[in-house]
Amino acid sequence: MLASRALVRGLQSGFWRRVSTSSAAWAAHTHDVDVIDCSVPQYNNRLDTPLPDVPFVRNLSAEQKKLKEKEKGSWTQLTKEEKLALYRLTHELSYAEMRQGSKEWMTVLGGIFIFLGFTGLLVWWQRVYVYGDVPHTLSEESVAQQTQRMIDMRVNPVHGFSHKWDYEKKQWK
Amino acid sequence: MISAAVMRGIGTLTRTRAAFTAPLAVRCYSHAKVETDEEFDSRWVTYFSKPDLDTWELRKGMNTLIGYDLVPEPKILDSALRACRRLNDLASAIRILEAVKDKSGPHKEIYPYVIQELRPTLQELGISTPEELGIHKV
Repeated sequence: MLASRALVRGLQSGFWRRVSTSSAAWAAHTHDVDVIDCSVPQYNNRLDTPLPDVPFVRNLSAEQKKLKEKEKGSWTQLTKEEKLALYRLTHELSYAEMRQGSKEWMTVLGGIFIFLGFTGLLVWWQRVYVYGDVPHTLSEESVAQQTQRMIDMRVNPVHGFSHKWDYEKKQWK
Repeated sequence: MISAAVMRGIGTLTRTRAAFTAPLAVRCYSHAKVETDEEFDSRWVTYFSKPDLDTWELRKGMNTLIGYDLVPEPKILDSALRACRRLNDLASAIRILEAVKDKSGPHKEIYPYVIQELRPTLQELGISTPEELGIHKV
C-alpha cells in the first residue's frame, strides 16, 4: 500500500510534471517544489493562449539580462541564436512541441492487455480449482433426452423450436 | 479587467448575417447591428495601435483574438507585431506567428499568404519566422 503510493508520487513528480502544465516553481526555474502558488499568475503552455501571463523564466542570469537589454535595440542586430534564446526565455514549449503527442498510449494499452491477460489466468485457475462440477443435466445424454421431450411437447410449434423439427421425417428441417 | 473595446467586441461580434424572409414568416433574429468584417478588422487594428499599449493589453488582445473562430487579417497582425516592437518583446512576436499558423488548422495555404503579406514588416522590424528559427517542427 505504502509502496504503491510512493510509486505514484514518483511518477507524479517525475513524469507527469513534464506532461502537465508547468507550475510556478518551473516558471521560476528553481528546484521542483510540490506546492503551486495559485495566488499569482502562472505560466502555461496552451495552444489557445499564445501569450501566457508570465514569462517562463523569471529569474534571469546576468547573461540573459544582457540579452534582454539588447532586445530593446533593433532586432535586426540579433543573431538567430539570440532570437531563439529570447523565445525560450519567455516560452517553455513551442507550438510544435505542444502539439506533438507521446508514445504513452502504447504503454497504457500494453498495461491494459497485461492486466486483462492476468485476469484471464485468474479466471481460468478459478474455473479449474474453485468451481465444482457442472450439473449432470448438461451431459450430452441428458441434453438429448431434454431435446426429445421438448419436441414431444411441441415447444414453440409456430415459429420456434418445434417448427424446425420435421415430424414426418423425424429429423431437423 | 477587460478593456472596453474588447468588451464591446465580445458583445456585438456576430459573423453571420440575419436573413429576413417575407413579413408573413417573421424570424426571431436579434435586431443588433451586425459588425462587418472591415469594422472588425479596423477595430482590432486600432486596439493594437494604441501608442501606450501595455504588456497586459497586448496579451489580453492577442489571446482574445486567437479565441475567435477566424484567422486574423495580416493588417491586424501587423499592428500587433508593431505593438510587440514598442514593448521590446520579440518572443511574443514570434509566438503570434506560430499561433496564426496553428489557427489556420487544415487550411495550409493561409499561413504562407499571411507571411507573404507581412514580409515587409518582418524585414523592417527584424522578426524571424518560426521556420527561420527552426521551431516550426520538433
